[in-house]
Amino acid sequence: MSKTMTQQEALQEYLLRLADSDMILGQRLCELCGKAPALEEEMALMNVALDLVGQARNWYEYAAELINDGRSADDLAFKRDANRYRNALMVEQPNGDYAVTMGRQFFFDAWHYFTIAALTQAPDERIASIAAKAAKEIQYHLRRSSEWVKRFGDGTEESHQRMQTAVDDLWRFTGEMIEADEVEQQLFKAGIGPDPEQLAADWRGLVNEVLTEATLTPPPEDAWMYRGAKVGHHTEHLGFILAEMQFLPRAYPDAKTW
Amino acid sequence: MPRPGKPEPRSLLEDQPVIASDRIPARDRSQPVTEADLWALLDEVKDPEVPAVSVVELGMVRRIAEENGEWVVDVTPTYSGCPATEMIEESIEEAMGLAGIRNGRIRRVLTPAWTTDWITETGRRKLQEFGIAPPVGSSSKLTLKGVEETITCPHCGSAHTERVSEFGSTACKALYRCLDCREPFDYFKCI
Repeated sequence: MSKTMTQQEALQEYLLRLADSDMILGQRLCELCGKAPALEEEMALMNVALDLVGQARNWYEYAAELINDGRSADDLAFKRDANRYRNALMVEQPNGDYAVTMGRQFFFDAWHYFTIAALTQAPDERIASIAAKAAKEIQYHLRRSSEWVKRFGDGTEESHQRMQTAVDDLWRFTGEMIEADEVEQQLFKAGIGPDPEQLAADWRGLVNEVLTEATLTPPPEDAWMYRGAKVGHHTEHLGFILAEMQFLPRAYPDAKTW
Repeated sequence: MPRPGKPEPRSLLEDQPVIASDRIPARDRSQPVTEADLWALLDEVKDPEVPAVSVVELGMVRRIAEENGEWVVDVTPTYSGCPATEMIEESIEEAMGLAGIRNGRIRRVLTPAWTTDWITETGRRKLQEFGIAPPVGSSSKLTLKGVEETITCPHCGSAHTERVSEFGSTACKALYRCLDCREPFDYFKCI
């Protein structure tokens, strides 16, 4: 990241991170369409995915306007390759068993909840209005995913074990979400983005509370963490997601009906 | 994402207009259109996913005003990803066309964010009659760990109900079951 990044460039970068995380998690959840463990769960997952894709669209539209190089919101979603994607590593991880699906969702929802709550206070009206809309939806997502973590953790011996394994496996992708890089520091100083220290403290507080209530052991805060998504270094999974997600608009760029 | 090429306004059923001709509110077409004409007209435009209530009753139409010779209709989506948003906007355009109003325009507004508090009393009654329990309580009182208040079965009126899923057939609803009459029902979530 160049040190001479303007505030406008930092904002574009940040909007893409928000949009990409929403988009990729939405796409991941949609893989469960027709295969979720129960009908009610399937409806819930698809509804959460729909919220996320809708939020992604709002962020992409604003990013496209600011970038202003002729690319549309669709182009940003469907015509960038993995190294241009800025989503958190967490959301590109495979669905795994349902403990993994819900653990991933919970870690992300907790981050999303505090991030978006801060953005509702942004002086940029467009950001504040998209965030205000999203905040109501995310509150629902977080309530649901934390309930599942508790139910699995404080459930049977097997569900407890699986939930603990999921938490332990996913933990290495949490550090990056709550650790601010220069883009986020710059936006915080400009009064736009969340306070990084506050965000990290809020996230840790809520995660510890839920894991404890779920009778799970929170992994150590100083555990080794994966990093890189903020500069486009992803795990191997993202390429496969994009291959499926982007195939149609790339193969048939003029397709107008769906 | 904006779709390439805006389609002509049309209803879901090709041969059926968004408002049946006998439902278009009468107005003297020799007189200029008034704001009241537009509110009456849009009160006939139904939500495609909840056809019992109009977009006005749902509180999605926030403002109608004349600006520089155009009638601008402010519409707010219920959820960020609600797939009915575009269709509702097209339906409003089509309704204005059917009523002979040529200078109408839709403006999508996100703020203030839509809340179920904006559903009108008539809207709530119609939801109930349609078999959907209307939202209970005020959205401002919802907390992160808040528990929903008692939801009453729209079929038999029993308060003895249980939630089956936080999400129902559409983003705006949750799935409940009545423990007395045993019927499942949708609850319009309070947001």
